[in-house]
Amino acid sequence: MMALSKKTLEQEPSDIEMLLPWHAAGTLNARDARRVEEALARDPDLARQYAVIGEEYAETIGLNETLGAPSARAMQKLFAAIDAEPARQPSFLAGLSSRVAAFFASLSPRTLAWSASLGAVALLLQAGVIGAVLVKNQSATYQTASLSVDTRTGQEAPPRALVRFAPDAKVSDITALLDTYQASIVDSAREGMFRLQFGSKAMSKAEVASLMSKLQAEKIVSLAVPAQ
Amino acid sequence: MSAAAATDEVLIARIAQGDRLAMQVLYGRHHVRVFRFGLRLVRNEQIAEDLISEVFLDVWRQAGKFEGRSAVSTWLLAITRFKALSALRRRKDAQLDEEAAHAIEDTSDDPEVAITKKDTSEALRKCLTALSAEHREIVDLVYYHEKSVEEVAEIVGIPENTVKTRLFYARKKLAELLKAAGVERGWP
Repeated sequence: MMALSKKTLEQEPSDIEMLLPWHAAGTLNARDARRVEEALARDPDLARQYAVIGEEYAETIGLNETLGAPSARAMQKLFAAIDAEPARQPSFLAGLSSRVAAFFASLSPRTLAWSASLGAVALLLQAGVIGAVLVKNQSATYQTASLSVDTRTGQEAPPRALVRFAPDAKVSDITALLDTYQASIVDSAREGMFRLQFGSKAMSKAEVASLMSKLQAEKIVSLAVPAQ
Repeated sequence: MSAAAATDEVLIARIAQGDRLAMQVLYGRHHVRVFRFGLRLVRNEQIAEDLISEVFLDVWRQAGKFEGRSAVSTWLLAITRFKALSALRRRKDAQLDEEAAHAIEDTSDDPEVAITKKDTSEALRKCLTALSAEHREIVDLVYYHEKSVEEVAEIVGIPENTVKTRLFYARKKLAELLKAAGVERGWP
Protein backbone atom coordinates (compact mmCIF):
# COMPACT_ATOMS: atom_id res chain seq x y z
CA MET A 1 0.00 0.00 0.00
CA MET A 2 2.80 2.37 0.89
CA ALA A 3 4.48 1.75 -2.42
CA LEU A 4 1.18 2.08 -4.19
CA SER A 5 0.42 5.53 -2.79
CA LYS A 6 3.90 6.73 -3.74
CA LYS A 7 3.39 5.58 -7.25
CA THR A 8 0.20 7.55 -7.62
CA LEU A 9 2.12 10.64 -8.57
CA GLU A 10 2.97 9.04 -11.87
CA GLN A 11 0.25 6.45 -12.07
CA GLU A 12 -3.42 6.08 -11.41
CA PRO A 13 -4.26 6.56 -7.75
CA SER A 14 -5.59 3.60 -5.79
CA ASP A 15 -9.26 3.39 -4.97
CA ILE A 16 -8.57 3.87 -1.27
CA GLU A 17 -6.51 6.96 -1.96
CA MET A 18 -9.32 8.47 -3.99
CA LEU A 19 -11.79 7.85 -1.18
CA LEU A 20 -9.80 9.83 1.41
CA PRO A 21 -11.65 13.15 0.86
CA TRP A 22 -15.01 11.49 1.46
CA HIS A 23 -13.63 9.83 4.56
CA ALA A 24 -12.57 13.27 5.83
CA ALA A 25 -16.05 14.60 5.12
CA GLY A 26 -17.68 11.60 6.80
CA THR A 27 -19.76 10.67 3.78
CA LEU A 28 -18.48 7.16 3.13
CA ASN A 29 -20.59 4.12 3.89
CA ALA A 30 -19.50 1.96 6.82
CA ARG A 31 -17.74 -0.61 4.66
CA ASP A 32 -15.61 1.89 2.75
CA ALA A 33 -14.91 3.87 5.91
CA ARG A 34 -13.56 0.70 7.51
CA ARG A 35 -11.39 -0.04 4.45
CA VAL A 36 -9.95 3.45 4.57
CA GLU A 37 -9.33 3.28 8.32
CA GLU A 38 -7.45 0.00 7.91
CA ALA A 39 -5.36 1.38 5.06
CA LEU A 40 -4.55 4.54 7.03
CA ALA A 41 -3.36 2.43 9.95
CA ARG A 42 -1.05 0.46 7.64
CA ASP A 43 0.33 3.17 5.37
CA PRO A 44 2.13 6.26 6.79
CA ASP A 45 2.22 7.91 3.33
CA LEU A 46 -1.50 7.60 3.06
CA ALA A 47 -1.88 8.97 6.59
CA ARG A 48 0.25 12.00 5.64
CA GLN A 49 -1.91 12.59 2.60
CA TYR A 50 -4.98 12.33 4.80
CA ALA A 51 -3.60 15.03 7.10
CA VAL A 52 -3.18 17.29 4.06
CA ILE A 53 -6.75 16.57 3.09
CA GLY A 54 -7.84 17.65 6.55
CA GLU A 55 -6.34 21.09 5.88
CA GLU A 56 -8.01 21.32 2.47
CA TYR A 57 -11.31 20.31 4.01
CA ALA A 58 -11.13 22.95 6.74
CA GLU A 59 -10.05 25.72 4.37
CA THR A 60 -12.74 24.87 1.82
CA ILE A 61 -15.36 25.24 4.52
CA GLY A 62 -13.71 28.44 5.75
CA LEU A 63 -13.60 29.85 2.24
CA ASN A 64 -17.27 29.08 1.58
CA GLU A 65 -18.31 30.53 4.91
CA THR A 66 -16.70 33.84 3.99
CA LEU A 67 -18.92 34.10 0.91
CA GLY A 68 -21.74 35.56 2.96
CA ALA A 69 -25.40 35.26 2.14
CA PRO A 70 -27.66 36.71 -0.52
CA SER A 71 -29.59 39.90 0.11
CA ALA A 72 -33.31 40.01 0.75
CA ARG A 73 -33.71 41.08 -2.87
CA ALA A 74 -33.34 37.48 -4.03
CA MET A 75 -36.22 36.32 -1.85
CA GLN A 76 -38.43 39.26 -2.85
CA LYS A 77 -37.75 38.53 -6.50
CA LEU A 78 -38.57 34.86 -6.02
CA PHE A 79 -41.88 35.42 -4.28
CA ALA A 80 -42.88 38.13 -6.74
CA ALA A 81 -42.30 35.57 -9.49
CA ILE A 82 -44.27 32.95 -7.56
CA ASP A 83 -47.16 35.38 -7.10
CA ALA A 84 -47.15 35.94 -10.83
CA GLU A 85 -47.46 32.20 -11.49
CA PRO A 86 -50.91 30.86 -12.36
CA ALA A 87 -52.75 29.48 -9.34
CA ARG A 88 -52.61 25.71 -9.20
CA GLN A 89 -55.34 23.30 -8.25
CA PRO A 90 -54.17 20.84 -5.63
CA SER A 91 -54.74 17.37 -7.03
CA PHE A 92 -56.12 14.53 -4.94
CA LEU A 93 -53.04 12.41 -5.55
CA ALA A 94 -50.72 15.23 -4.60
CA GLY A 95 -52.73 15.70 -1.44
CA LEU A 96 -52.50 12.01 -0.67
CA SER A 97 -48.76 12.02 -1.29
CA SER A 98 -48.38 14.98 1.00
CA ARG A 99 -50.35 13.28 3.76
CA VAL A 100 -48.43 10.02 3.42
CA ALA A 101 -45.14 11.91 3.42
CA ALA A 102 -46.20 13.83 6.51
CA PHE A 103 -47.27 10.62 8.23
CA PHE A 104 -43.89 8.96 7.64
CA ALA A 105 -42.07 12.10 8.69
CA SER A 106 -44.01 12.23 11.94
CA LEU A 107 -42.60 8.89 13.08
CA SER A 108 -39.50 9.25 15.19
CA PRO A 109 -36.45 7.10 14.36
CA ARG A 110 -36.93 5.35 17.69
CA THR A 111 -40.53 4.52 16.82
CA LEU A 112 -39.47 3.24 13.45
CA ALA A 113 -36.73 1.13 14.96
CA TRP A 114 -39.10 -0.42 17.50
CA SER A 115 -41.71 -0.91 14.81
CA ALA A 116 -39.23 -2.75 12.65
CA SER A 117 -38.14 -5.05 15.49
CA LEU A 118 -41.67 -5.80 16.61
CA GLY A 119 -42.72 -6.22 13.00
CA ALA A 120 -40.14 -8.93 12.52
CA VAL A 121 -41.46 -10.83 15.56
CA ALA A 122 -45.06 -10.37 14.50
CA LEU A 123 -44.20 -11.56 11.05
CA LEU A 124 -42.70 -14.79 12.34
CA LEU A 125 -45.77 -15.39 14.48
CA GLN A 126 -48.07 -14.67 11.58
CA ALA A 127 -46.09 -16.95 9.29
CA GLY A 128 -46.40 -19.69 11.90
CA VAL A 129 -50.15 -19.24 12.19
CA ILE A 130 -50.64 -19.20 8.43
CA GLY A 131 -48.46 -22.27 8.07
CA ALA A 132 -50.43 -24.11 10.76
CA VAL A 133 -53.74 -23.25 9.12
CA LEU A 134 -52.53 -24.39 5.74
CA VAL A 135 -51.23 -27.69 7.06
CA LYS A 136 -54.32 -28.35 9.12
CA ASN A 137 -56.85 -27.48 6.42
CA GLN A 138 -55.16 -28.72 3.32
CA SER A 139 -58.27 -30.33 1.94
CA ALA A 140 -60.67 -27.84 3.36
CA THR A 141 -61.47 -24.54 1.81
CA TYR A 142 -60.16 -21.49 3.56
CA GLN A 143 -60.97 -17.92 3.17
CA THR A 144 -58.25 -15.68 1.83
CA ALA A 145 -58.15 -11.98 2.30
CA SER A 146 -59.02 -11.52 -1.31
CA LEU A 147 -62.19 -13.56 -1.00
CA SER A 148 -63.30 -12.36 2.35
CA VAL A 149 -66.79 -11.03 2.60
CA ASP A 150 -67.65 -7.72 4.11
CA THR A 151 -70.12 -8.74 6.78
CA ARG A 152 -71.73 -5.31 6.79
CA THR A 153 -72.55 -5.19 3.09
CA GLY A 154 -72.40 -8.82 2.05
CA GLN A 155 -70.05 -7.82 -0.78
CA GLU A 156 -66.68 -9.38 -1.37
CA ALA A 157 -64.03 -6.99 -0.08
CA PRO A 158 -61.04 -5.77 -2.07
CA PRO A 159 -57.77 -7.54 -1.28
CA ARG A 160 -55.53 -6.39 1.49
CA ALA A 161 -51.92 -7.10 2.30
CA LEU A 162 -49.46 -6.52 5.07
CA VAL A 163 -46.49 -4.79 3.53
CA ARG A 164 -43.14 -3.83 4.90
CA PHE A 165 -41.09 -1.37 2.94
CA ALA A 166 -37.32 -1.51 2.54
CA PRO A 167 -35.50 0.64 5.12
CA ASP A 168 -34.09 2.88 2.38
CA ALA A 169 -37.44 3.35 0.62
CA LYS A 170 -38.15 6.98 -0.04
CA VAL A 171 -41.56 8.44 0.73
CA SER A 172 -41.95 9.48 -2.88
CA ASP A 173 -41.26 5.89 -3.98
CA ILE A 174 -43.91 4.63 -1.58
CA THR A 175 -46.51 7.12 -2.74
CA ALA A 176 -45.68 6.26 -6.34
CA LEU A 177 -46.16 2.58 -5.53
CA LEU A 178 -49.51 3.33 -3.89
CA ASP A 179 -50.57 5.21 -6.99
CA THR A 180 -49.40 2.44 -9.31
CA TYR A 181 -51.30 -0.25 -7.43
CA GLN A 182 -54.27 1.98 -6.65
CA ALA A 183 -53.59 1.11 -3.06
CA SER A 184 -54.35 2.93 0.13
CA ILE A 185 -52.99 2.53 3.63
CA VAL A 186 -55.85 1.32 5.80
CA ASP A 187 -53.87 0.78 8.94
CA SER A 188 -51.06 2.87 10.28
CA ALA A 189 -47.53 1.62 10.85
CA ARG A 190 -48.18 -1.07 13.39
CA GLU A 191 -45.19 -3.20 14.18
CA GLY A 192 -43.37 -1.92 11.15
CA MET A 193 -46.00 -3.20 8.75
CA PHE A 194 -48.61 -1.38 6.75
CA ARG A 195 -51.99 -2.81 5.87
CA LEU A 196 -52.73 -1.83 2.31
CA GLN A 197 -55.99 -2.21 0.39
CA PHE A 198 -55.84 -2.60 -3.35
CA GLY A 199 -58.48 -1.07 -5.57
CA SER A 200 -62.15 -1.29 -4.78
CA LYS A 201 -63.07 -4.70 -6.13
CA ALA A 202 -62.49 -8.23 -4.94
CA MET A 203 -59.93 -10.43 -6.70
CA SER A 204 -59.65 -14.15 -7.28
CA LYS A 205 -57.05 -16.18 -5.44
CA ALA A 206 -54.90 -16.30 -8.55
CA GLU A 207 -55.10 -12.57 -8.97
CA VAL A 208 -54.15 -12.00 -5.35
CA ALA A 209 -51.22 -14.41 -5.66
CA SER A 210 -50.06 -12.58 -8.77
CA LEU A 211 -50.46 -9.24 -7.02
CA MET A 212 -48.42 -10.44 -4.05
CA SER A 213 -45.58 -11.75 -6.19
CA LYS A 214 -45.58 -8.52 -8.18
CA LEU A 215 -45.48 -6.51 -4.98
CA GLN A 216 -42.75 -8.70 -3.54
CA ALA A 217 -40.68 -8.06 -6.65
CA GLU A 218 -40.82 -4.32 -6.08
CA LYS A 219 -37.44 -2.93 -5.06
CA ILE A 220 -38.82 -0.94 -2.15
CA VAL A 221 -40.93 -3.79 -0.75
CA SER A 222 -39.15 -6.15 1.60
CA LEU A 223 -42.22 -8.20 2.41
CA ALA A 224 -45.80 -8.51 1.19
CA VAL A 225 -48.28 -11.07 2.49
CA PRO A 226 -52.06 -11.31 2.02
CA ALA A 227 -54.05 -10.04 4.96
CA GLN A 228 -57.58 -9.50 6.15
CA MET B 1 -47.14 18.95 11.91
CA SER B 2 -45.12 22.10 12.41
CA ALA B 3 -43.16 23.54 9.54
CA ALA B 4 -39.98 23.23 11.58
CA ALA B 5 -40.45 19.47 11.88
CA ALA B 6 -41.17 18.92 8.22
CA THR B 7 -38.54 17.09 6.20
CA ASP B 8 -37.45 18.53 2.89
CA GLU B 9 -39.47 15.82 1.13
CA VAL B 10 -42.61 16.82 3.00
CA LEU B 11 -42.01 20.45 2.12
CA ILE B 12 -41.66 19.54 -1.54
CA ALA B 13 -44.95 17.62 -1.41
CA ARG B 14 -46.62 20.68 0.10
CA ILE B 15 -45.02 23.00 -2.43
CA ALA B 16 -46.42 20.77 -5.16
CA GLN B 17 -49.83 21.72 -3.80
CA GLY B 18 -49.03 25.40 -3.95
CA ASP B 19 -48.12 25.87 -0.28
CA ARG B 20 -46.27 29.20 -0.15
CA LEU B 21 -45.28 28.79 3.51
CA ALA B 22 -43.56 25.49 2.72
CA MET B 23 -41.68 27.31 -0.01
CA GLN B 24 -40.50 29.91 2.48
CA VAL B 25 -39.29 27.23 4.86
CA LEU B 26 -37.41 25.37 2.15
CA TYR B 27 -35.90 28.62 0.92
CA GLY B 28 -34.82 29.54 4.44
CA ARG B 29 -33.17 26.17 4.85
CA HIS B 30 -31.20 26.04 1.63
CA HIS B 31 -30.78 29.46 0.05
CA VAL B 32 -27.39 30.25 1.59
CA ARG B 33 -25.76 27.05 0.40
CA VAL B 34 -27.38 27.38 -3.01
CA PHE B 35 -26.09 30.94 -3.21
CA ARG B 36 -22.55 29.98 -2.22
CA PHE B 37 -22.41 27.07 -4.64
CA GLY B 38 -23.67 29.31 -7.43
CA LEU B 39 -21.32 32.13 -6.49
CA ARG B 40 -18.30 29.84 -6.59
CA LEU B 41 -19.30 28.85 -10.10
CA VAL B 42 -20.26 32.21 -11.60
CA ARG B 43 -17.99 34.44 -9.46
CA ASN B 44 -20.45 37.28 -9.53
CA GLU B 45 -22.74 38.12 -6.60
CA GLN B 46 -25.42 39.74 -8.72
CA ILE B 47 -25.65 36.73 -11.01
CA ALA B 48 -25.52 34.36 -8.04
CA GLU B 49 -28.48 36.16 -6.45
CA ASP B 50 -30.43 35.96 -9.67
CA LEU B 51 -29.60 32.26 -9.80
CA ILE B 52 -31.23 31.65 -6.43
CA SER B 53 -34.53 33.08 -7.58
CA GLU B 54 -34.38 31.00 -10.75
CA VAL B 55 -33.48 27.82 -8.87
CA PHE B 56 -36.27 28.12 -6.31
CA LEU B 57 -38.78 29.18 -8.95
CA ASP B 58 -37.92 25.95 -10.75
CA VAL B 59 -38.54 24.10 -7.50
CA TRP B 60 -41.95 25.78 -7.21
CA ARG B 61 -42.83 24.73 -10.74
CA GLN B 62 -41.31 21.24 -10.70
CA ALA B 63 -42.08 20.11 -7.14
CA GLY B 64 -44.85 17.82 -8.36
CA LYS B 65 -42.34 15.98 -10.51
CA PHE B 66 -39.77 15.47 -7.76
CA GLU B 67 -39.40 11.71 -7.42
CA GLY B 68 -37.32 11.63 -4.27
CA ARG B 69 -34.64 9.46 -5.81
CA SER B 70 -32.09 11.82 -4.33
CA ALA B 71 -31.99 14.21 -1.41
CA VAL B 72 -33.70 17.55 -1.95
CA SER B 73 -30.38 19.34 -1.34
CA THR B 74 -28.80 17.27 -4.12
CA TRP B 75 -31.64 18.18 -6.46
CA LEU B 76 -31.22 21.86 -5.59
CA LEU B 77 -27.49 21.79 -6.27
CA ALA B 78 -28.02 20.02 -9.58
CA ILE B 79 -30.50 22.73 -10.65
CA THR B 80 -28.10 25.42 -9.42
CA ARG B 81 -25.24 23.98 -11.42
CA PHE B 82 -27.35 23.81 -14.57
CA LYS B 83 -28.53 27.40 -14.11
CA ALA B 84 -25.00 28.61 -13.33
CA LEU B 85 -23.57 27.03 -16.47
CA SER B 86 -26.39 28.54 -18.53
CA ALA B 87 -25.69 31.95 -16.96
CA LEU B 88 -21.99 31.60 -17.73
CA ARG B 89 -22.76 30.77 -21.34
CA ARG B 90 -24.98 33.84 -21.54
CA ARG B 91 -22.38 36.11 -20.05
CA LYS B 92 -20.34 37.21 -22.98
CA ASP B 93 -17.73 39.08 -21.01
CA ALA B 94 -16.79 35.95 -19.10
CA GLN B 95 -15.66 33.90 -22.04
CA LEU B 96 -13.45 31.44 -20.31
CA ASP B 97 -13.53 30.63 -16.71
CA GLU B 98 -9.85 29.86 -16.94
CA GLU B 99 -9.28 33.52 -17.74
CA ALA B 100 -11.06 34.49 -14.58
CA ALA B 101 -8.93 32.05 -12.65
CA HIS B 102 -5.76 33.48 -14.13
CA ALA B 103 -6.97 36.99 -13.45
CA ILE B 104 -7.26 36.08 -9.81
CA GLU B 105 -3.80 34.58 -9.84
CA ASP B 106 -2.24 37.43 -11.77
CA THR B 107 -3.72 40.42 -9.98
CA SER B 108 -1.32 40.32 -7.13
CA ASP B 109 0.47 37.03 -7.08
CA ASP B 110 -1.71 36.51 -4.08
CA PRO B 111 -0.41 33.09 -3.03
CA GLU B 112 3.08 34.52 -2.93
CA VAL B 113 1.93 37.47 -0.87
CA ALA B 114 0.18 35.07 1.39
CA ILE B 115 3.28 33.00 1.93
CA THR B 116 5.36 36.05 2.77
CA LYS B 117 2.90 36.53 5.56
CA LYS B 118 3.56 32.94 6.54
CA ASP B 119 -0.09 32.35 6.18
CA THR B 120 -0.53 28.92 4.72
CA SER B 121 -4.21 29.05 5.42
CA GLU B 122 -4.71 32.12 3.28
CA ALA B 123 -2.53 30.67 0.52
CA LEU B 124 -4.68 27.58 0.53
CA ARG B 125 -7.82 29.66 0.13
CA LYS B 126 -6.30 31.67 -2.70
CA CYS B 127 -5.30 28.49 -4.48
CA LEU B 128 -8.74 26.96 -3.92
CA THR B 129 -10.16 30.03 -5.65
CA ALA B 130 -7.67 29.70 -8.47
CA LEU B 131 -8.74 26.17 -9.37
CA SER B 132 -10.67 25.67 -12.60
CA ALA B 133 -14.47 25.73 -12.35
CA GLU B 134 -14.56 21.97 -12.87
CA HIS B 135 -12.18 21.43 -9.97
CA ARG B 136 -13.74 24.08 -7.74
CA GLU B 137 -17.18 22.60 -7.96
CA ILE B 138 -16.08 19.09 -7.09
CA VAL B 139 -13.98 20.28 -4.14
CA ASP B 140 -16.92 22.34 -2.85
CA LEU B 141 -19.46 19.57 -3.34
CA VAL B 142 -17.39 17.05 -1.40
CA TYR B 143 -15.91 19.20 1.36
CA TYR B 144 -18.46 21.96 1.90
CA HIS B 145 -21.74 20.46 0.72
CA GLU B 146 -20.77 17.02 2.07
CA LYS B 147 -22.01 15.11 -0.92
CA SER B 148 -21.23 11.43 -1.39
CA VAL B 149 -19.60 10.02 -4.52
CA GLU B 150 -23.03 9.01 -5.83
CA GLU B 151 -24.56 12.41 -5.15
CA VAL B 152 -21.71 14.29 -6.82
CA ALA B 153 -22.07 12.00 -9.83
CA GLU B 154 -25.74 12.90 -10.00
CA ILE B 155 -25.21 16.64 -9.62
CA VAL B 156 -22.36 16.90 -12.10
CA GLY B 157 -23.70 14.23 -14.45
CA ILE B 158 -20.56 12.11 -14.64
CA PRO B 159 -19.78 8.48 -13.67
CA GLU B 160 -18.80 7.78 -10.07
CA ASN B 161 -15.28 6.73 -11.01
CA THR B 162 -14.81 10.02 -12.84
CA VAL B 163 -15.96 11.83 -9.70
CA LYS B 164 -13.20 10.14 -7.70
CA THR B 165 -10.45 10.73 -10.23
CA ARG B 166 -11.56 14.32 -10.85
CA LEU B 167 -11.29 15.19 -7.19
CA PHE B 168 -7.91 13.48 -6.97
CA TYR B 169 -6.58 15.57 -9.85
CA ALA B 170 -8.20 18.70 -8.44
CA ARG B 171 -6.23 18.07 -5.25
CA LYS B 172 -3.06 17.49 -7.24
CA LYS B 173 -3.61 20.77 -9.07
CA LEU B 174 -4.14 22.49 -5.74
CA ALA B 175 -0.85 21.06 -4.49
CA GLU B 176 0.91 22.35 -7.62
CA LEU B 177 -0.51 25.85 -7.12
CA LEU B 178 0.58 25.81 -3.51
CA LYS B 179 4.04 24.58 -4.45
CA ALA B 180 4.34 27.42 -6.97
CA ALA B 181 3.43 29.77 -4.15
CA GLY B 182 6.14 28.27 -2.00
CA VAL B 183 3.96 26.16 0.23
CA GLU B 184 5.10 22.55 0.72
CA ARG B 185 2.72 20.31 2.57
CA GLY B 186 4.35 16.93 2.19
CA TRP B 187 1.97 15.74 -0.52
CA PRO B 188 2.44 14.88 -3.29
